[in-house]
Amino acid sequence: MTVLPYLVAGWIFLAGVHGLATSRHLVHAVGCLAVTQSATYVLLLAVGYRRGGTAPVFSDTPPGTPVVDPVVQALALTDVVVGATVTALLLALVVQTRKRHGTVDPDELSGLKG
Amino acid sequence: MVDRLLPLIVVVPLLGAAVLVGAGRRMPRLAAETVACACAAASAALACAALAGPATAVSWVGDWRPRDGVSVGIVLVGDRLGLGLAALASVLIVAVLTYSWRYFEEPPRGHAGAFPALVLLFQAGMCGFALTGDLFDAFVFFELMGVVGYALTGYHVEEARPVQGALAFGFVNSLGGYATLMGIALLYARTGELGMAQIGRRLDAAPGHDALVAAAFVLVVTGLLVKAAAVPFHFWLPDAHAVAPTPVCLVLSGVMVETGVYGVARVHATVFGGPGGIPADGTRRVLVVLGVVSALTGAVMCWQQRHIKRLLAFSTVGHTGLFLVGVGLLTPEGLSGTCLYVLGHAGAKAALFACTGILLARLGSVDERELHGRGRDIRGIGLLFALGGLALAGLPPFGTGLGKAVVEEQAAWLPALFGLVSALTGGAALRVAARVFLGAGERGHDERETAGGGEKEPETAGGEEEPETVGGEGEPETAGGEEEPETAGGEEEPETGHRIRLPPPPMVSVAVALLAGALAVGTVPALAEATAAASFAFLDHAGYAAAVLDGRATGGQPGHGGEWWTWSGAVLGLLSAALAVVLAAAAVVGLVPSRGWSAPLRRLHSGHIGDYVAWTMAGIGLLSLLTLW
Repeated sequence: MTVLPYLVAGWIFLAGVHGLATSRHLVHAVGCLAVTQSATYVLLLAVGYRRGGTAPVFSDTPPGTPVVDPVVQALALTDVVVGATVTALLLALVVQTRKRHGTVDPDELSGLKG
Repeated sequence: MVDRLLPLIVVVPLLGAAVLVGAGRRMPRLAAETVACACAAASAALACAALAGPATAVSWVGDWRPRDGVSVGIVLVGDRLGLGLAALASVLIVAVLTYSWRYFEEPPRGHAGAFPALVLLFQAGMCGFALTGDLFDAFVFFELMGVVGYALTGYHVEEARPVQGALAFGFVNSLGGYATLMGIALLYARTGELGMAQIGRRLDAAPGHDALVAAAFVLVVTGLLVKAAAVPFHFWLPDAHAVAPTPVCLVLSGVMVETGVYGVARVHATVFGGPGGIPADGTRRVLVVLGVVSALTGAVMCWQQRHIKRLLAFSTVGHTGLFLVGVGLLTPEGLSGTCLYVLGHAGAKAALFACTGILLARLGSVDERELHGRGRDIRGIGLLFALGGLALAGLPPFGTGLGKAVVEEQAAWLPALFGLVSALTGGAALRVAARVFLGAGERGHDERETAGGGEKEPETAGGEEEPETVGGEGEPETAGGEEEPETAGGEEEPETGHRIRLPPPPMVSVAVALLAGALAVGTVPALAEATAAASFAFLDHAGYAAAVLDGRATGGQPGHGGEWWTWSGAVLGLLSAALAVVLAAAAVVGLVPSRGWSAPLRRLHSGHIGDYVAWTMAGIGLLSLLTLW
């Protein structure tokens, strides 16, 4: 196992965070949050990878075939569901922000400070 | 028997929410709220029944029990502290549902079940988080709690500010949640386990310093500290609390934030507390440093606010900092004192929010200056508000005072910190009470007052017409002309549809009951004893794993009498309460410069999501430094 997937996961996380911190558009920011989350997918799948392993579907494989870890795949699926919920809700809030504030630029939202 | 009941604490509110979502459109409002109250109360009763049981309740879902300490199942663990938190959350949810019975007088358009369903989901998320013994499940419940929290915060989607507060809440919390998930993945990579007890055992099998475990600790704790609103992860909290509907604030401030502190304590005790985890010094340094900074920041910012809900939100930041310090001492006494403090604080803070909601419903504003003297005819509410402020300041015999006293005995420098933070936050609440309900002191000049908000102006049903939505609502009230960021409370819409004349009995009785609860925490010795035993068991790293995996009961620690009032503790409590009164009086007569000197700190609270994200990353860096020092 190389260290590359872990570095990639860290890189994706930081890229998403950088986008979030510098975003000028809320829809873009929601996208960046999704990018940040995809780092967790990469990390989870990398953790469960086995060299030479196949998909953990046991119906047509002979016993003893090496498979990748199915647990992390279940975790990644759950994670996808969580991510979809969060993204949908945040996008709905962005739509409302556009309607009520007339802008989707975080720099122009100044209702709460101090 | 109790073991079988454990999943029901989570399942009953979930089922109730499903029923309400499915049938809410065809249900009259009364039926929907009755169903919700019944579900929440049933869950609370179950949690209390399990608390009365003899030992730690362990429930393997689907009966996938461990064999020889190895299991592929998912476990719910109801130890005393977890059950206590679930019970507290459920009781507060019942209070919220009762409170909102008359609060949202205008039913949500076409769907009477929406709000109660969301509240029940929130309860399920909190109870699940408190009871789960599995780290990944904890993440899922964490996110459930978070997502429902964003939805509830932005419940008034027709208004401008709630959507902004909900967005900040959503971005920062989700980012924290993903950091936690990264940490969980790292722990799984190292140990091949997801259960807290199992991970702890595997880590202990290979003791020694380990950079991967340290990284996992930092990441896991990040998400929990975001939830706990520790500085510098706290920026979302005042924004969300200031704009959330008041009933939601009750539960956000009263128990959700504390859930984050509980998560940190739980993860430390079960996963990282053993020889293969993080050295106790590292954990202590992280929690105490962040706790002290949060406590001071929260107290200073709290004192500076004029938006009452935002003021209370910052006082939550301050008190959560104190909780982190109490937990971070890593002693059973510190933990049990913190538990009492959390219980008392939940009652007092929720009561204060309940009174603020009455102000908003009656006078259409939560701005301290705008409301000056306008609460004279509801002095009863003012009395409740002042009592809540004194409870925050740690006045004996409130539970806050007892918890504060117990924690303070742990180190010589603690009384100064706890006293100062309690006095500042309590003093700010007392100042509001004096200005609003007694009309004390100068009214304070404010262009806003001439601009509108006159008493007789009949504000029509909330939602439709909003003068402040057009264009970035520039703050007209930068008094004195200097550029000082500030959030005023005059723009909040009453949530009752129309302004009420007399405070409705359910709202008042909820506030009274909550304060009575805070009082009971400090006056019932049995509670303190139970908390002490529970805290002792909670910190038992090996005992937890044995109870979960080997089925060895660990209940009933013998001979551990609880901490109770001492003379020094009571005197310190009286002192901080007196200091709070003095501060409030000085502020009212204008002796305390309330503006200007903290402008740099206030400017950091910019309301900008990008800034908050950057602070969160800086916080991760700070955590790493403190852990690895």
